[in-house]
Amino acid sequence: MKGRLSWFNVTSIAVGFAFLYIPILLLVIYSFNDSKLVTVWGGWSTRWYANLFQNEELMRAAWVTLRVAVVSSTIATFLGMLAAITLTRMNRFPGRTLFSGMVFAPLVMPEVITGLSLLLLFVAIGFDRGFWTLTIAHTTLTMCFAAVVIQARLYDFDKSVEEAAMDLGASPLKSFMQVTLPIIAPSVISAWLLAFTLSLDDLVIASFTTGPGATTLPMKIYSQVRLGVTPEINAISTLLVGVVALGVIAASIAQKRSMVMQQAETRAVDAGAK
Amino acid sequence: MRRWIVIGIPYLWLLVLFLIPFLIVFKISLSDTASAMPPYTPVLDFSNLWAFFSQLDFENYTFLFSDSLYTNAYWSSLKIAGISTFLTLLIAYPIAYGMARAPKEWQPLLVMLVILPFWTSFLIRVYAWIGILKKEGLLNLFLSNFGIDPLTIHNTVYAVYIGIVYSYLPFMILPLYASLEKINNSLLEAAQDLGSPPWKTFWQVTFPLSIPGVLAGCFLVFIPAMGEFVIPDLLGGSDTLMIGKTLWSEFFSNRDWPIASAVAVLLLFILVIPIVLFQRNQQHQREAVR
Repeated sequence: MKGRLSWFNVTSIAVGFAFLYIPILLLVIYSFNDSKLVTVWGGWSTRWYANLFQNEELMRAAWVTLRVAVVSSTIATFLGMLAAITLTRMNRFPGRTLFSGMVFAPLVMPEVITGLSLLLLFVAIGFDRGFWTLTIAHTTLTMCFAAVVIQARLYDFDKSVEEAAMDLGASPLKSFMQVTLPIIAPSVISAWLLAFTLSLDDLVIASFTTGPGATTLPMKIYSQVRLGVTPEINAISTLLVGVVALGVIAASIAQKRSMVMQQAETRAVDAGAK
Repeated sequence: MRRWIVIGIPYLWLLVLFLIPFLIVFKISLSDTASAMPPYTPVLDFSNLWAFFSQLDFENYTFLFSDSLYTNAYWSSLKIAGISTFLTLLIAYPIAYGMARAPKEWQPLLVMLVILPFWTSFLIRVYAWIGILKKEGLLNLFLSNFGIDPLTIHNTVYAVYIGIVYSYLPFMILPLYASLEKINNSLLEAAQDLGSPPWKTFWQVTFPLSIPGVLAGCFLVFIPAMGEFVIPDLLGGSDTLMIGKTLWSEFFSNRDWPIASAVAVLLLFILVIPIVLFQRNQQHQREAVR
């Protein structure tokens, strides 16, 4: 679909994006507000940021969150890649419908249900709650998101290159490592980033599955938010938003560069074929 | 052999950590409350299968149906999720439509701008709205410049609608955009050549072709909104009943695990139909692509 943009189209895009971005923008601006009262502007200041770094409890929670996010997203990306290969390349095996159901259901499953059921599992098998239960829980949720991201790339992937590699005598593993993986690498990176931010962000599943000593940043933020809006929460939120925005922008630049390279390669191949 | 490793590892992981936990929830929903740790009497004792079956009872479920608190919470969740899904569709459609008509070279940037807020923390985005909507918040500060009396939105159901629409908007825009963007221009031109006015072309050509996107978007908003906890808790105040919140307080405040499990099982039961429809819809779309 294409066509000329009418004033209606332009307005709806503009209003839509304003709606999406203004709340975040206000939050960022007010994190630099000198006044303790959130809605009274008292001039620019970075003192809330300075306060943050002296808040040891908050820093400890941030450190736990970061560790959980790195470990869980790495395992999740690996599992998600296997699941994506299974969904796109293995056409017939017993229980395929159940498998694809288990990959897609967590995407829409209310978090309270996922969290409660994982907790009850950990209690049932007598697993002490803490860092690892939290990491396993996040891995389970985010591997499904990773699978969907990687799967999308594997679907519109020219299988003939894989087949060519295997015809030339490469084992399936070797052809995957040397042909497929480099091509799908950008989607693997975005899958990792998505898993990472989802883990960084999660409050509900973390509240259910964590134990003493492994309080995460969203849990800390949540318990403070319930008491009201404070400039400190604005500051920590701004930092989180900033970190994620930087990551996403870096990833999209990486993806763009690999796309440009890919196009150059196809052109070179086409030219060679002529 | 290798094939089985590739399939087996994620399969086993999801079986143990996604499917089996549901069975445990179901089991605990049938057991009795006890004030021990863990706070339920385990019913599962395989040594005597007869004893196992005779201990199971649906007491917790009859309790859920007899107490209007729970039935009201389910109804009000259905209502809030339904209304918010409809509002999200109304707001997302013109945005997705505009994006699909935008010049090709802008489109990746526009898509990126829709996705970006989704990457920023859900909790923080909901929190941002408290600062805007509360009584002495930024919205009322802004309105007071025009002499408008302060509005009470925070801690009402309207704040929950705003929160859900805001948080789930990208989930609606993206599938809508994907199906609108695919529409072949010659169809629209043909309709125009045959003398169809733009409004009629939209309803008879464009909208029917975008229905897969509409369905996908509605599922992606409705299902998680139904069990939403953070939004009703932070924006809805104590008057807004939603089942996710009820489950949370049964679990964390009342420490009644069997009732919390029964609430979860019933919620899942309500969601099974939309979840299955969602998966079918996804599968059809994938097959259409191939």
